[in-house]
Amino acid sequence: MNQRQALYEYLLRLGDNALILGQRLTEWIGHAPALEEELGSANIALDLIGQARGWLAYAGAVEGTGRDEDALALQRDVLDFRNALLVEQPNGHYGDTIARQYLFDAFHYPLLEALSGCADQYIAAIAAKSCKEAGYHRRRSAEWMIRLGDGTAESHAKLQRSVDTLWPYTGELFAMDEIDRTLQSAGVAADLAGVGRTWDEDVAHTLKTATLQRPAAGWMQSGGKQGRHSEQLGYILAEMQFLPRAYPDAHW
Amino acid sequence: MTGKTLMHTQPAHTEVELTRSAEAIAELEQAFQAKIDADIKIEPKDWMPQAYRQSLVRQISQHAHSEIVGMLPEGNWLTRAPSLGRKLILLAKVQDEAGHGLYLYSAAETLGASREALIEALHAGKAKYSSIFNYPTLTWADVGAIGWLVDGAALINQIPLCRCSYGPYARAMRRICKEESFHQRQGYEIMLTLCRGTAAQKRMAQDALNRWWWPSLMMLGPPDAESSHTQQSMRWKIKRHTNDALRQKFVDQSVPQADYLRLAPPDPKLKWNEQTGHYEFGAIDWNEFWRVLKGDGPCNRERIEARRRAYDEGRWIREAALAFGAKQARRARGAD
Repeated sequence: MNQRQALYEYLLRLGDNALILGQRLTEWIGHAPALEEELGSANIALDLIGQARGWLAYAGAVEGTGRDEDALALQRDVLDFRNALLVEQPNGHYGDTIARQYLFDAFHYPLLEALSGCADQYIAAIAAKSCKEAGYHRRRSAEWMIRLGDGTAESHAKLQRSVDTLWPYTGELFAMDEIDRTLQSAGVAADLAGVGRTWDEDVAHTLKTATLQRPAAGWMQSGGKQGRHSEQLGYILAEMQFLPRAYPDAHW
Repeated sequence: MTGKTLMHTQPAHTEVELTRSAEAIAELEQAFQAKIDADIKIEPKDWMPQAYRQSLVRQISQHAHSEIVGMLPEGNWLTRAPSLGRKLILLAKVQDEAGHGLYLYSAAETLGASREALIEALHAGKAKYSSIFNYPTLTWADVGAIGWLVDGAALINQIPLCRCSYGPYARAMRRICKEESFHQRQGYEIMLTLCRGTAAQKRMAQDALNRWWWPSLMMLGPPDAESSHTQQSMRWKIKRHTNDALRQKFVDQSVPQADYLRLAPPDPKLKWNEQTGHYEFGAIDWNEFWRVLKGDGPCNRERIEARRRAYDEGRWIREAALAFGAKQARRARGAD
């Protein structure tokens, strides 16, 4: 794999994470537990989908075959998506959504922070802008983790279960492969081990404050970053890509 | 609602009302009407007749409910928007509607109503919301048609409310109208893109106009002769124009816009009248309006059910937030 191919794949990982999580959040709109949460969820979805546009537009330029961000978002199939398994997991109840969001945000923020200093000026610029947003996302989702964990007995039990269920999808976030290593030697990719240490500390602190147990170490699911997804993604894409698929010659 | 009324947080000064003499009240009412006639805004702490307060709570809460229920038909296309740009625009629009709901519930709260009680009245079928949101969004063109026509009709209704006699409502409406105007242009731009597109896209656009045209005309409210609140509301400057006048304005504005799209509103009687300077239009099926209002529109049940489910399923979340807040307060006092 040459550096250009690695860069393309890397950008898809960044863009697809933001896109799929943003898409999941839009499913909440009109159905959130309070008006304030409608506004909050919409804000985060707006940030994430906006970030996805930036990453995917750059991915299209690197690929060099004329595909833009919409072609990449709306005309690729499951095998070509590179998001982590965590972000495609179903919304579940609001606690499940909060836990998924927090576990991702605690990874996303230090990742973007590291990429803000990246040797690739486009990545550095998108990361610097996105990092501010991700900092707010992490603060909000951590606050909800604490409110629900340390709220009522019911919310505590529900959130603990959410964390336990989603935990096996967190290992993949920090697994380095050839793509990371190729780019890291060029000063482009983030050191995921470093990001993982920040995540560990943040998660340990938040779980403790939320009076939640850190799940025991166990088997971690992986594959999303290489295009081996859960059954969830096919349905997400079927819905998200419906119009451009049904009317391939139309402009919207 | 058990044991609760919409006005359960009524400010104390209205309780004084009971002890006032008839003359004293007549005097207050005169002074109140004089202020209104002089275009002086009524503010939350000012004395106001009970009926004025109730009328405003009814109108503002109906408006707030319409914003919230109105998120559903458009939200139906959020996951399927045809490009990332369109998805962001629609998301921001639906988010604005949630924001409008918030300002409006807050405006209603300044009159002594509580958000929770108002929402419960909606879920219990006791409060109304705009009937138009009981129609389904079947294709992407519906998102365009809603922006163009439904937000267009809403704006015509709402612009005069920026001068409404009640200060908090008038101020909320100024901000809401700015955003609605942006939404209307976005909706029209979706229609324009479709009408410049493929045959399938034009078909979608015409079909959406066919389905949304008459309900949009109905949105301006029942004919003046049948409108129960118009007269009093106009004297109080809660309402500035009659329903029929607003409806004519909407038709006059929308027909040339449809012409530009090369779409035809579904009304064979629609024609320009040189003498009056207005469009004439066919009879509105008011039976349909009353039927949908009374609960038999295509989506009434599912809209309220969706709202009720969101509220019920979110209860444990709201309770947890309250419980945590209480714990924090106790900790701050050093009790834990």
